[in-house]
Amino acid sequence: MDRLRRAAAHVRIRSLEMVHHAKVGHPGGDLSGADILTTLYLSVLRVDPGNPRWPDRDRFILSKGHCSASLYAVLAQAGFIPDAMLNTFMDPLSKLNGHPDRNKVPGVEANTGPLGHGLPIATGCALAAKMQKAAWRTFVFVGDGELQEGSNWEAAMTAQHYGLDNLTLIVDRNRIQQGDFTEKTIRMDPLPEKFAAFGWSVAEVDGHDYAGLHAAFSRKPIASGKPTCIIANTVKGKGVSFMENKPEWHHGIPSDAQLAAACKKLEKVLR
Amino acid sequence: MSAEVSTKAGLFDCRDAFASTLESMAAEDMRIAAVVNDSVNSTKLKGFRAKFPERFVNVGIAEQNMVGVGAGLANGGMVPFVCSASCFLTARAMEQVKVDLGYARNNVKLCGMSSGMAYGELGPTHHSIEDLAWTRVIPNLTVIVPADPVETRAALLWARDHEGPVFLRLSRLPVPVLLDESYAFQPGHWTEMRVGTDVTIIANGILVTRALEAADLLARHGVSARVLNASSMSPLDRNAVLDAARETKGIVTVEEASIYGGLGGAVAELLAEEHPARLKRLGVPGVFAPTGSAEFLLEHFGLTAAGIERAANDLLAEARAK
Repeated sequence: MDRLRRAAAHVRIRSLEMVHHAKVGHPGGDLSGADILTTLYLSVLRVDPGNPRWPDRDRFILSKGHCSASLYAVLAQAGFIPDAMLNTFMDPLSKLNGHPDRNKVPGVEANTGPLGHGLPIATGCALAAKMQKAAWRTFVFVGDGELQEGSNWEAAMTAQHYGLDNLTLIVDRNRIQQGDFTEKTIRMDPLPEKFAAFGWSVAEVDGHDYAGLHAAFSRKPIASGKPTCIIANTVKGKGVSFMENKPEWHHGIPSDAQLAAACKKLEKVLR
Repeated sequence: MSAEVSTKAGLFDCRDAFASTLESMAAEDMRIAAVVNDSVNSTKLKGFRAKFPERFVNVGIAEQNMVGVGAGLANGGMVPFVCSASCFLTARAMEQVKVDLGYARNNVKLCGMSSGMAYGELGPTHHSIEDLAWTRVIPNLTVIVPADPVETRAALLWARDHEGPVFLRLSRLPVPVLLDESYAFQPGHWTEMRVGTDVTIIANGILVTRALEAADLLARHGVSARVLNASSMSPLDRNAVLDAARETKGIVTVEEASIYGGLGGAVAELLAEEHPARLKRLGVPGVFAPTGSAEFLLEHFGLTAAGIERAANDLLAEARAK
């Protein structure tokens, strides 16, 4: 778990550096999801950086594609792309677009950005595995505000109807969207009950507890014949005190001084 | 939905060629799957469902999800044919078509059924006259409008073998067989259905039949009309358009779609930039259609042999008057 903690700190530092470099990005969501991404890529997913389109790989789809900085940082940690490539984030002609492109970046499974695309695609992936009687699993990571898009609930119905117990949905429940807190914008609670009513197995975890996340992602499935929804309770901006739980850091850009202060704190984990 | 189309002897509903071809391809290729939005009857896929239930996905009435599921199936190694009434498939799921298929280059085959005004009296909600304009601007997406059962089959076979997204725009309105059984679809190539030197008629889909009938009417009065089958809407056959502009006195485009942005729009763009020429566009002229059967509406908008003949004669008269 110490390995995951250190890797996640590195992902946070690199994400903030990238957003600072590009002067564009979504650091709040990068930080809330960093522990989830790190746990998946470094301890759960059966993927091969040397053969990114290995047919029997597990699929991971980042539906909240605006959090591309953290995805790229974790892909570098996992060996899919060189760490130096992160320094080109959103530069002219860089492969690292503001939202991920599967045809440019090895390890990216879906071109996301518009919200509500990931769960339908992941449902299709899980159906493909069932059709081929293949053992690989599909994970999809959505933002909580993103669940306001109706396409998610279309897919939620399809996934339960087809009994896709090889599909795991992870919700980044940081309770903040671009303009405000989710519950002030369009109420999402009670989220676990909503997914349960749609016929999913539901578990809630602390989205920053590596052991808990590892256990939740490794258990397959919670109930046979049902898709799994893991609601990860997270803190938007986690790890940088002045960014935590503040809507303005959804797409705020750190100043030079703020970046230095944030990295100084995060680097303590690395020592 | 409106009553099943009754086909006269010698006329065919291209959905039958579609369904039988898809079933025969699925029998020999385990990767082929079908995805529908409840539209089991209107896509004629009951046979597919009975023969390959494990490769048949009905997502319910949920088009955005349907196209996303198609992208995921393709990611997982399948070759999905996503089938729905064209009006819902394109309009309701446009962002998924753009992003999940075009931009991401997922190997999904969209089959838009009963396109154009085939749903007739059901009205503009069910007409799909915008789909050509919307789909042809999406990079990586090949757009095909087959003219008859032979081309429907050929387009499906090509789509299966092509690695990338395809939009097949199909109709339910009856047409005769126009092409030889040996016909093979080629993207960016328009078949010259009739050789001609005075005027060129460019049509696609069910209207190719009427364009040929119009050429017969024109021939009776000594007018030699070239007829091109613009089944490949994206990519276009640029050379065929430019040759027509150079070699004949003008072009009439004929489509069961809005004249803005579709076939007529595409030809106008190309001519304006490369070789200005006389052009008349037949189709739906920027209005929602009134109530009426498909046949009534085709007549209403001049999409008949007589209407095409009239447009060609008008064009030639203008050319002479100049």
